Amino acid sequence: MTEFLAALSDPNLPFFRYALLTGIFASLPFGVIGTFVVVRRISYIAGAIAHCVLGGIGLGLYLERGVGITWFGPMQGAVLVALLAAVVLALVSRYASQREDSVIGALWAVGMAAGLLFIARTPGYVDPMSYLFGNILLVSKEDFFFVLALDVVVLTLVGIFYNKFLAVCFDEEFARLRGVHTGWIYLLLLCLAALTIVLLVRVVGIVMVIALLTLPASVAGNFSKNIFQMMVLSVLFCASFVVLGLGASYSLDLPSGPVIIVIAAAVYLLVILSTRIKKFLF
Amino acid sequence: MSPDQKNRESAISIRNLSFSYDTQLVLTDVNLEVNSFDSICVVGPNGGGKSTLIKLIVGLLSPDSGTVRVFGERPEAARLRIGYVPQYAHYDPQFPISVFEVVCMGCLGGSFTGRYSKSDGDQVMKSLATTGIEDLANRPFSSISGGQRQRVLIARALASRGDILILDEPTANIDHESELHLFDLLTELNRNMTILMVTHEVGFASTFFKRIACVNKQVVIHPTSALTGDLIREMYGGDLQMIRHDHCCSSEGHQHD
Repeated sequence: MTEFLAALSDPNLPFFRYALLTGIFASLPFGVIGTFVVVRRISYIAGAIAHCVLGGIGLGLYLERGVGITWFGPMQGAVLVALLAAVVLALVSRYASQREDSVIGALWAVGMAAGLLFIARTPGYVDPMSYLFGNILLVSKEDFFFVLALDVVVLTLVGIFYNKFLAVCFDEEFARLRGVHTGWIYLLLLCLAALTIVLLVRVVGIVMVIALLTLPASVAGNFSKNIFQMMVLSVLFCASFVVLGLGASYSLDLPSGPVIIVIAAAVYLLVILSTRIKKFLF
Repeated sequence: MSPDQKNRESAISIRNLSFSYDTQLVLTDVNLEVNSFDSICVVGPNGGGKSTLIKLIVGLLSPDSGTVRVFGERPEAARLRIGYVPQYAHYDPQFPISVFEVVCMGCLGGSFTGRYSKSDGDQVMKSLATTGIEDLANRPFSSISGGQRQRVLIARALASRGDILILDEPTANIDHESELHLFDLLTELNRNMTILMVTHEVGFASTFFKRIACVNKQVVIHPTSALTGDLIREMYGGDLQMIRHDHCCSSEGHQHD
């Protein structure tokens, strides 16, 4: 741990401070949106959006390096395609209720396929591994500002529409009967989830998005009486997982994404086991 | 307006309605008039179209042909005048939410953001008091009993200040005592509200309900006294025997003719 603290204060390693700050500030949308994803049980939708993001990254890389459009890079592509996927998934859940899972599965795979095809046509060498498994140490100053902007957007919108989000997650049918435009609220929720997922891809990579979105919220759910508590706790858990994971990955010289996920999963397992044992004993 | 004047007002009016899911005809040629302060029970076998009828009345489904009017308006426009009590079975038991927060949802719909005002809070406490569960306000929704949850959902419907209370199988998962309490409560509420309730049980309905609507593709209205053995046979397509809960016998059982 002392090495980790030394690395943080080392003026030659600015990326390390960015990584840590990004991780901490990104925990806000991760925890808040993760809570909704868990209680609404849409982690498979989050997974589909995450995998579609590769399509956007591929498109961005191709347009930037292959076609030469300098203002459109992987980040812009990721945001665009994530939002597009959110809109498509909201429409699918509304109009194709019985075949929803098949459509989600198809979108999941098509997103990845498109991404890999674009990358294949992009001149120069692109390593898809860093997108699939993430590397928080590669975050830039722009990424950090993106995190801050997302913090503001997520906290503002969730703050304003908290009651409607809660109602749509708890009982969509009743909310609709109370005159809530549930379709729009659900779409807004998926769009916020999409933006959060783009950021998650940066931190832990496409493959592990679902874990960092759902594990902190699931741990928090065990200690919470209401959604607000669950959000606060899951932000705190998420930030601790990221900080601990970064520290451990630096000390042990391991990739950061998997270390963060393993720590989150270990805590989740411990919490589940201890609540079971507590129930058994008392 | 006094109750007598209001009595003449039509609360729900369904004319020549037909509805089918894809190719399967669920309801055909349905006519139903419910006046204000009626208490009507919708009975019928599973798959007979009871829940579909409710969804058509609240506007969650649209009829293939015919019309539905609630207080003379389209269901979508009259939605806020309906207090809806769904079956509680479809709630996620792990959802962290308090009883108070659940009942608050009845007050949604008034504003763009969905924020609750102080008068909404008062209305919620009043609804909890009416249903006799104000002491549960801060309890987690998942920790209370089936009968209590049913009351929470009724309180939520009351918090929405509607004129019609629609309940979908409220007795399906509660014990007999809770059921008796439920009917005491409904009798009380019926003084100021129209009540429409769905159930797949038939026997008990007669004590509280003024009218019964039998749904099995078509809707037939009966005054409560006219519910005879022939009718039950017609509805369920066969002879049934009444279970005498008031009477015990040996393990082999015996029959009365």
